[in-house]
Amino acid sequence: MKLESKVPEGNIAEKWTNHKFKMKLVNPANKRKYDLIVVGTGLAGASAAATLGELGYQVKVFTYHDSSRRAHSIAAQGGINAAKNYQNDGDSVFRLFYDTVKGGDFRSREANVYRLAEVSNNIIDQCVAQGVPFAREYGGLLANRSFGGAQVSRTFYARGETGQQLLLGAYSSLNRQIKNGNVKVYHRREMLDLVIVNGRAQGIIVRNLLTGELERYSAQAVILATGGYSNVYFLSTNAMNSNATAAWRAHKRGAFFANPSFTQIHPTCLPVHGEAQSKLVLMSESLRNDGRIWVPKKAGDNRPPNEIPEDERDYYLERKYPAFGNLVPRDVASRNAKYVCDEGRGVNGERAVYLDFSDAIKRVGKKVIEEKYGNLFDMYQNITGENPYEVPMKIYPAPHYTMGGLWVDYNLMSNIPGLFVLGEANFSDHGANRLGASALMQGLADGYFVIPYTIGNYLASEKPEKVDTERSEFNDAEQNVKDIIAKLLSVNGKQTVDEIHKRLGHILMDKVGMSRSEKGLKEAINQIRELREEFWNDVKVVGTGEELNQTLERAGRVADFLELGELMAVDALNRNESCGAHFREEYQTEDGEALRNDEEYAYVAAWEFKKVSEWELHKEDLKFEYVKLATRSYK
Amino acid sequence: MSGEHLNITLKIWRQNSPNDNGQFEEFKVSISPDASILEMLDELNNNLEREGKRPVAFESDCREGICGTCGIVINGHPHGPLPKTATCQLHMRNFKDGDVIYLEPFRAAAFPIIRDLIVDRSAFDKIQQAGGYISFNTGGAPDANTIPIGKDVAAEALDAAECIGCGACVAACKNSSAMLFVGAKVSQYALLPQGQPERYKRVQTMVAAMDEAGFGSCTNTYACEAECPKGISIMNIARMNRDFIKSKIVEQEVDI
Ligand SMILES: Cc1cc2nc3c(=O)[nH]c(=O)nc-3n(C[C@H](O)[C@H](O)[C@H](O)COP(=O)(O)OP(=O)(O)OC[C@H]3O[C@@H](n4cnc5c(N)ncnc54)[C@H](O)[C@@H]3O)c2cc1C
Ligand code: SF4
Ligand code: FES
Repeated sequence: MKLESKVPEGNIAEKWTNHKFKMKLVNPANKRKYDLIVVGTGLAGASAAATLGELGYQVKVFTYHDSSRRAHSIAAQGGINAAKNYQNDGDSVFRLFYDTVKGGDFRSREANVYRLAEVSNNIIDQCVAQGVPFAREYGGLLANRSFGGAQVSRTFYARGETGQQLLLGAYSSLNRQIKNGNVKVYHRREMLDLVIVNGRAQGIIVRNLLTGELERYSAQAVILATGGYSNVYFLSTNAMNSNATAAWRAHKRGAFFANPSFTQIHPTCLPVHGEAQSKLVLMSESLRNDGRIWVPKKAGDNRPPNEIPEDERDYYLERKYPAFGNLVPRDVASRNAKYVCDEGRGVNGERAVYLDFSDAIKRVGKKVIEEKYGNLFDMYQNITGENPYEVPMKIYPAPHYTMGGLWVDYNLMSNIPGLFVLGEANFSDHGANRLGASALMQGLADGYFVIPYTIGNYLASEKPEKVDTERSEFNDAEQNVKDIIAKLLSVNGKQTVDEIHKRLGHILMDKVGMSRSEKGLKEAINQIRELREEFWNDVKVVGTGEELNQTLERAGRVADFLELGELMAVDALNRNESCGAHFREEYQTEDGEALRNDEEYAYVAAWEFKKVSEWELHKEDLKFEYVKLATRSYK
Repeated sequence: MSGEHLNITLKIWRQNSPNDNGQFEEFKVSISPDASILEMLDELNNNLEREGKRPVAFESDCREGICGTCGIVINGHPHGPLPKTATCQLHMRNFKDGDVIYLEPFRAAAFPIIRDLIVDRSAFDKIQQAGGYISFNTGGAPDANTIPIGKDVAAEALDAAECIGCGACVAACKNSSAMLFVGAKVSQYALLPQGQPERYKRVQTMVAAMDEAGFGSCTNTYACEAECPKGISIMNIARMNRDFIKSKIVEQEVDI
């Protein structure tokens, strides 16, 4: 099967405009005859469901949360990018496009990224009109900050709670459509299978998490906006419930999974405190604007930070990358933190580096720093018991975002007709590394400004006939879900779901994390297979399937992670190059920088599921016509 | 980090389903002071699961104090004893070795108990659906900088908009009033120029939905503000009350 990206012809700046004009439209009076399913109420899902409701489609939206406002997007702190150029510092749609392609280390699709940059400005307008209280200047205009990987100030923010404010904006639009009757929301429902009728995605099977009942829903198209899979590592910055199950079950029904090994390990998180740790806390990387990262020059220098004199400190990012300093892209910052800790120069020999605000406080005063980062500083103090205004913060990288995801074409449709994938759940815009403040932008671009057009084009050639949920395809899918649940409950072994999940996390963090090698990846594949065997023979899931059962929910998710983890290693092993967040030790320059291989690997790796542990690779070649293929340099 | 473990006695509310009678069950745990209270429950649950016993049902998601999913009454305080702290942000170092900790669900008539520490807060969504938005369709917005908004005004609106929808204010109130939650949303829009066209209609529909959902009335005890993990100010209630009264007048004017 050949992957068709469906990128429109023409100059990059005109592709989206021309495409919008050429796409077929659904007559306004007919829209209400179409049922659409949206899974997920994060930024991508909520914005899509609200906008499709506004257009008149009948939308059913699903989430496992008790309220749509709780989606993981709510936790985003730092901000959202847009090419407004309000600061007059040389920003433009082209520059945002350029930065994002370059930041993604030339493994994303140019046309998608350009469109993202193009609609970024509409997003800010939209959110302000919704009443999102973005930060302002004294004159009343919008304020901006800069973020890693960019030399212009293009990030819009609301204190350290940008995700919350954007999500509540989308939630408010969604609520308006619920009231208008165009959207119906189904809370506490977990999608556990995708139903395909005559080759098209036309339904889902969900489990009612309160009663355990399985329910069937049908529609003319299914939109997945189910977020990323960083929790495959067990410890990550993602919310506890974030998982890959919706995407993975769709993958097992035929949707290709693209670039699964492209996972972002975020440089500024709190270090692990011990055994009981359940998740890792991100400190927004906007802190890198004012904080300086350093470790002692000598290994074993365990003096308190204020007793280590300036000339015995190594501000290693400023030293190695004078142009970008502490604002280098995430992968570069993370990898370098790992290296200094590997050298034994971490704080007290542990896996932690300093993020120091003392110079910034001297320069602009404590008040300004407090205004900018107050709640982040409070959060840090609350968790660690240390005051970051006086003692430098300790940070260490943590899994944070997954660039990989279900493969989609330019219209955000997967290779299964009628299955659309938005937000972090797709692979589309960030290549091998995502720049800060661009996930919120992508989620909202997909939901507010892309899907409302492209889905119309698809539906225009679909008849709005009700799909009967008594069809055999629904029976089969429901039986499949029943079988999985019954199997999980019947093992009755000795290990808890969390115990096995933690072990999977260790394997992946160690061998499919910030630094990978052929040997390590091969080991990882074997270890994951063994662990999966162990899971299905020794896991213990208490309770029944016909009730609220949180252990069973987690067990299903971990079962899927155990398959996805293997594919991540398979993908990383296939890619014999280093690019972005994917760093293969065998492929580096003399001074330890990532060495891409554009001749052989300038492609999207899209994996087709055959059976467990068996995939077929499909390649979508990437062409770079507007941003010249070049080695990233942040020196 | 700190090595000493704390020995804690937990008394946890166990209730199988909404209509069951619940009771406290006692557990002994030993936990690192660096762990959060929810991480302590994770450990307890793993031990229970290993023994084939039903784990304690509780909810959480972000574990960073922003999603509003968590919510336990800890020793009589919704979200526990620390000010401006959600349940998930409460660390065990705030307790002493030998402490007894009571854990109960958020109790209110409008929040039926689902199981153990989980309650149904869907009434909050209904209030937001009644009018917690600005009516316009995607794509129709003017350039974001066409409406200047004072820095202080934006900050005050954000203070209100920070509400995480957890319901602690309701659980803290002897009348189970939701005024702080509703006041926060009403205020966010009342403060901003974008919220003006629907200002008075909004306060009416949201207050009506609040009453309908079975929340009690406000008698100014300020318990809500004291327990709110985001420090939402009762000023928001005053603003809502003012707008509500004004809305009655505005309504009459429109009627004429
Ligand atoms: C701590 C943190 C800070 C961040 N800060 C920033 C930032 O400053 N700027 C930025 O641009 N990005 C940031 N990000 C990244 C960004 O927040 C996410 O990538 C983005 O919000 C993802 O949005 P989404 O809509 O794709 O998915 P999510 O918000 O993850 O939503 C997924 C939705 O799908 C639902 N769902 C999933 N599976 C199922 C299922 N099987 N059945 C039913 N429902 C399901 C969930 O209930 C949820 O509603 C941050 C991420 C983290 C973790
Ligand atoms: S007002 Fe405070 S206590 Fe009430 S729901 Fe909002 S954040 Fe929670
Ligand atoms: S779990 Fe999100 S606020 Fe506590």
